[in-house]
Amino acid sequence: MKNLKLYIPVAVFAVLAVFMWRGLYQDSRTLPSVLIDRPLPEFELRTLELGDQLATIDTLPQEPFILNIWGSYCLPCLQENPIFMAARERDLVPIVGVNYKDREPAARNWLDINGNPFTLNIIDDTGRYGIDLGVYGAPETFVIDANRVIRFKHIGTINYQIWEDEIMPVVLTLQAETAGTGASAAGNQR
Amino acid sequence: MIWLRLMVAGFLLLGAMAVTAQVDVFDFETPEQEQRFRQLSNDFRCPMCQNANLTSSPGGVAADLRREIFRMIQEGMTDQEIEQFMLTRYGDFILYRPRLTVQTILLWFGPIVFFLAGVWITFNIMRRSGGGKRELDTVELSRDEKERIARLMTSGDGDNSPDKS
Repeated sequence: MKNLKLYIPVAVFAVLAVFMWRGLYQDSRTLPSVLIDRPLPEFELRTLELGDQLATIDTLPQEPFILNIWGSYCLPCLQENPIFMAARERDLVPIVGVNYKDREPAARNWLDINGNPFTLNIIDDTGRYGIDLGVYGAPETFVIDANRVIRFKHIGTINYQIWEDEIMPVVLTLQAETAGTGASAAGNQR
Repeated sequence: MIWLRLMVAGFLLLGAMAVTAQVDVFDFETPEQEQRFRQLSNDFRCPMCQNANLTSSPGGVAADLRREIFRMIQEGMTDQEIEQFMLTRYGDFILYRPRLTVQTILLWFGPIVFFLAGVWITFNIMRRSGGGKRELDTVELSRDEKERIARLMTSGDGDNSPDKS
């Protein structure tokens, strides 16, 4: 019994060490999203492409797609753009943009200069839809499945490594899922 | 001395500036609504700046969320409904006062547990190190031993100390 007591400080140290070790690798700046596996929130918003016609959730692609929150003021979005452009050129997955708290002329100008990888750009100038998505700043990137359920979220800039290691595996899994269950109905395999 | 006073006044001013940094112009119908707005903005954490509540945060999303809180108060939503609105979008993170759940039990009661453990340990140490009440492990000496001690004390030289014999 007396010997056991000697190990109490060691045990306390071990517990503290485990917690602190974990703390070292926890990124406290990115919050876990509570929206994973929840349906994409409804919306009715203008787009850069469709003129006066309002886009709703039904306007979005009928297959897995990427939803990217961007703005012309956002420097990391500029860094992401070539990755999305490459994805569009290779027709990997549709990418829908949410133009978050931006001004329309500035957004159009940005797309003209840097290239437009988005199949559709939803205009969220007030940031109201962003709140429904739990967004707290561009860029944020969601992967949405064919049933319009949010399946993955990345906060912050996407680089090639994150694209290859985190985004694309989710996209490929979802595309395989969709092909497996709804191939006859959709029939639009690439 | 005047400089010291000026410095103190300066620091106080700085503090005042930080507190009143965010001024939104909202027209509340009643003072009670305004009070609720202040309370809610103080209780939610800004998701972007993280170490500031919605009231003191200059971040873009904090301003948006303050606007949403104002809208929801105008629409007659209760504090619970507004909290639920925030929770479904931003999760527990948004609450400065975490809810009591299985995961937060340690957070809520950990300090009490540690305090009690500390009291217990302190009590034990104090008891063991005496403090007047402790009973010593006394050994009753035999008559022979007592005599020997007396001899040793007076002569200063034992008759059977091991190094001498």
